[in-house]
Amino acid sequence: MLGYFLHRLALAFVVLLGLAVATFLILHLVPGDPVLQTLGNRATPESIATARHQLGLDRSLPAQFWTFVSHAVRGDLGYSLTLNAPVSDVVGGRLGPSALLILYGLVVALVIGVPLAIVAALRPNGVVDHGIRLITTFSFAMPTFWLGLMLALILGLWLKWFPVSGYDTGIGGILRTLTLPALTLGLSLATIVVRTLRSGLLEVLQTEYIEAARSRGLSERRVIVKHALRNAIMPTITVLSVNLGFLIGGTVVIEAVFQIPGVGSLLLQSVQRRDYELVQALALLAGAAVVLISLATDLLQAVVDPRVRLAGR
Amino acid sequence: MNAVAMPAAAEGVRRRRRLSLRGQPKSVLVGGAIVAVLVLAAVLAPLIAPYGQNELDFAQQLAAPSASHLFGTDDAGRDVFTRTLYGLRVDLAIVLFVTYVSLPLGVVAGAMAGYHGGWVDAAVSRITDVMVSFPFIVLVIAIVAIVGPGTKGVLIGVPIAGWALYARLARSEMLVLREQPFMLATTALGYTQRRAIFRHAIPNLIRSSLIYSTVDLVVNLMLLASLSYLGLGAQPPNAELGSVIAQGQSTLLNAWWVATLPGLVLVLFGVGVGLIGDGLSDGRLRGGRA
Repeated sequence: MLGYFLHRLALAFVVLLGLAVATFLILHLVPGDPVLQTLGNRATPESIATARHQLGLDRSLPAQFWTFVSHAVRGDLGYSLTLNAPVSDVVGGRLGPSALLILYGLVVALVIGVPLAIVAALRPNGVVDHGIRLITTFSFAMPTFWLGLMLALILGLWLKWFPVSGYDTGIGGILRTLTLPALTLGLSLATIVVRTLRSGLLEVLQTEYIEAARSRGLSERRVIVKHALRNAIMPTITVLSVNLGFLIGGTVVIEAVFQIPGVGSLLLQSVQRRDYELVQALALLAGAAVVLISLATDLLQAVVDPRVRLAGR
Repeated sequence: MNAVAMPAAAEGVRRRRRLSLRGQPKSVLVGGAIVAVLVLAAVLAPLIAPYGQNELDFAQQLAAPSASHLFGTDDAGRDVFTRTLYGLRVDLAIVLFVTYVSLPLGVVAGAMAGYHGGWVDAAVSRITDVMVSFPFIVLVIAIVAIVGPGTKGVLIGVPIAGWALYARLARSEMLVLREQPFMLATTALGYTQRRAIFRHAIPNLIRSSLIYSTVDLVVNLMLLASLSYLGLGAQPPNAELGSVIAQGQSTLLNAWWVATLPGLVLVLFGVGVGLIGDGLSDGRLRGGRA
């Protein structure tokens, strides 16, 4: 168990380091000069040189990388020139709405996805299964922003149940302003939940212990909930954690649709204002979040399910 | 074992040449028809579009869908159907390019990693781990931020991030493939590694990547539409599906069609490709058997 933990931790560490290298390289090697982009046409050779010096761009790449990493480890992600504040403060103020949106979206995805997956798996290739398959084919093909607009049009503008933009705090405010965005995120994620959980359930339902449970005369409900679902849910959780990247990407788009002041809209602002330190920090944070969550799920899974930690032997 | 496998493989080749429409699963046929119609409409856009894509008509602002304006008009009186056709044309061209640039890059990297093992494998695998960890759209947005908004950012950004999944697929197939007798034979015959990988291994492992590329096409189309919705794609006044939809957002209440109908075209294309992909991954694409 300890061996597996250490191995998994080392792997996560390597990937985190790789993320730092990648975000750093993207900013330094991709064609296009940040300084020129920031200063625009008014730039004189002197002002370019000064800006380069201020940003430390006149030092060697390894030296710049070392500063970037050693600061990032201490939680110092740089300084946002356009917002005139440390990046960590700026991001901290925006995390709340985004985190709530992701959590709310997850809940929606599970509430919608799990029952549909169970119903579909109970009668594979039946009418209901085909119907659900058709619906997921459609929902998979819907761009998130368009789905958001359609929900805003129907539930917001026509039925007037929810406001179509803005963000409010407090339980009431969150329910009012985040329900449409969370529904958008949840519906697109539900597609993935339905497909993975359905195939997971189908596999489990064919095993001998399900047959054994049925032959012991347990009720179908008990067989499904207590025996089948419990074994099919772990792969679904893994898939959800793998799709955290998809969720984070979704919040970028959805926050733009509904004008929610979260990290996603911060990323767009920083791109529009050409605030490269902020872009770099946000890309790194998004990647790190994915790595850390998937590490946490893997470790959790190893604790819960001995097959995982013994598989490597 | 080889003696048995050889004729079957040869037969497979002959069958593939006589690929016929009959005997394909219904989902492949329906999906194929949808995609064919949309691709044809996009290619022929200049011929079949009833108006110019930037043709203004202030007498016809926000006109509802009708016989003369199938998808209605936007707030500048431009024909939404025309703009949708042109937008689809641009989007499909870009998506085809970025997807099928990513695929060979990833397949070659993955095949090399699987064939050589050792440090090559470790390096490629860790790099793919890193690329897969980034939320795709965040990575592409970051690259667009440096390159500058516009189509160029997407053309550079998507392949930088997109090859990784193909590399993973190709690597895992290669691990199985390299133990096969015909691959061992390439070593015994003294073929160069290059010949073994490119002539013998890749033709055998590329199928899974090609199947995955149907999903990837839709993913990239959604990504492209999202970027253009966010104002990071093709710059105005030229139409891209995402930007047409974005322009419709402000008039959503008065003119639902501007944002809705171009989006439906996107959905339709995604459904078509999805149906083909479903049929393919079920392994039911049949050649020659009527």
